[in-house]
Amino acid sequence: MSTIISVSNLSKVYGSGFRALNKINLDIRRGEIFALLGPNGAGKTTLISIVCGIANPSEGSVSVNGHDIIKSYRAARAMIGLVPQELHTDSFETVWATVSFSRGLFGKPKNPAHIEKVLKDLSLWEKKDSKIITLSGGMKRRVMIAKALSHEPQILFLDEPTAGVDVELRKGMWEVVRTLRDAGVTIILTTHYIEEAEEMADRIGVINKGEIVLVEDKAKLMEKLGRKQLKLHLAHKIDAIPPALAPYHLVLSEGGTELIYDYDTAGERTGITSLLGDLRNAGIRFSDLETSQSSLEDIFVSLVRQV
Amino acid sequence: MNYRAIRAIYLFEMARTWRTLLQSIVSPVVSTSLYFVVFGAAIGSRITEVEGVSYGTFIVPGLVMLSVLTQSIANASFGIYFPKFVGTIYEILSAPISYFEIIIGYVGAAATKSIILGLIIMATAGLFVPLHINHPIWMLTFLVLTAVTFSLFGFIIGIWADGFEKLQMIPMLVVTPLTFLGGSFYSVNMLPSGWRTITLLNPVVYLISGFRWSFYGIADVGVGLSLGMTLGFLATCLAIVWWIFRTGYRLKH
Repeated sequence: MSTIISVSNLSKVYGSGFRALNKINLDIRRGEIFALLGPNGAGKTTLISIVCGIANPSEGSVSVNGHDIIKSYRAARAMIGLVPQELHTDSFETVWATVSFSRGLFGKPKNPAHIEKVLKDLSLWEKKDSKIITLSGGMKRRVMIAKALSHEPQILFLDEPTAGVDVELRKGMWEVVRTLRDAGVTIILTTHYIEEAEEMADRIGVINKGEIVLVEDKAKLMEKLGRKQLKLHLAHKIDAIPPALAPYHLVLSEGGTELIYDYDTAGERTGITSLLGDLRNAGIRFSDLETSQSSLEDIFVSLVRQV
Repeated sequence: MNYRAIRAIYLFEMARTWRTLLQSIVSPVVSTSLYFVVFGAAIGSRITEVEGVSYGTFIVPGLVMLSVLTQSIANASFGIYFPKFVGTIYEILSAPISYFEIIIGYVGAAATKSIILGLIIMATAGLFVPLHINHPIWMLTFLVLTAVTFSLFGFIIGIWADGFEKLQMIPMLVVTPLTFLGGSFYSVNMLPSGWRTITLLNPVVYLISGFRWSFYGIADVGVGLSLGMTLGFLATCLAIVWWIFRTGYRLKH
């Protein structure tokens, strides 16, 4: 897949001397959904702001489909739709007017059919003549998405798109995002909801303290770092793990009532069958068992802690 | 040129005007009418003529200028300050549009509004006093130049302001006094010579004087000087705006 956004050596130092981004290098591939994860203040929004022209870079460069964001800002920006994190909307405009305004601002000729489609896709059609001030928070969020999509962008930035949006609506938005991706739009989203990244993204980047810590295919990331755990609830308390079970590197819980076995899902053999056989041979009986898989959240937390 | 973007901003701003018709147009017209009643009728009955023109007629150009100056600043400063305040400026900054185009949109709309207002006030004045315009083309020239210049000035204030207080400060503390002292209601020649010299440091004197000349052919200072000062102020505002956009001052981090 070809690269659509190329960020090289990008740094941002604010007037206060705070270094929000430190020599970021990142390539976004055409047509992918890229999730940018990171704790608060990691630099996610700063990075997006620079690419979209809202903040000036201190050093380094960004090109969008080969257009430098400073020298060829018109060509670069025309390709991008931005949905910022905060709900910045006009209050007294109607939904239709504000979305049409965005299309004009991006230099596109009027196209009521397109605006109608966008509003319908986002379930805003009934509200097209309502003033924005009368809408709920979730609707305002969708109005902002509609504004970003009004000019048919090739790239869509969603900065925390589902913050403060209820579960139902969130699922609806994911649906919209998938439809866009199927139509060939490249999507970059930042999120705090790890399950969102897990659910949506093709690739995941983790940013922390202004540096890209990791960029990886989601599936590979899950595979590489994903561990599974088997927990056995013992029928009777034991004091120590029998020596015969040493090769399994089991962990005995503090009360002596649980045995924990870590295994690799990517491995050819999990060792579970033989473990259970050896347990029986050792005369250990269990009343229940459960397995759990480390989520992206665990991976994320461990990554951010390491740094 | 991204003409569609200019058009979008211009129409957006004009829509705001029509939406707030009462405060945008009606209230300045009402307050100007009050000036006519107070100054024209009450004081005008004691001052019969100024340089051969009846007092009521004499103050018309000054009153129009007073409204055009304050309204241009108010319109343009609010027009750009508000998106900054509510955050919708993000969209303007991220759009494929040059700074020059942003200015044309915002300042163009603000100036259009105050020109319309100026013309309405002139028409209103015509109901109170007989009005004649010796040099209509020059009258329009001064009107447009002043509206554009002070809309630019308002745009600068709107960018500089980081609170509603600051937004009001310059118009209230600087522009209104300068306009009142700039010969809206009297001829500078009526002042004692010491005050006259001080008054000539007030840039608004030149705007009002030139504008009044286009009506009645009388002026406190030469028309060329008036035009020169207006153009000079326009150039200054343009330079400041150019600097603002070059550095991203108060707009971009």
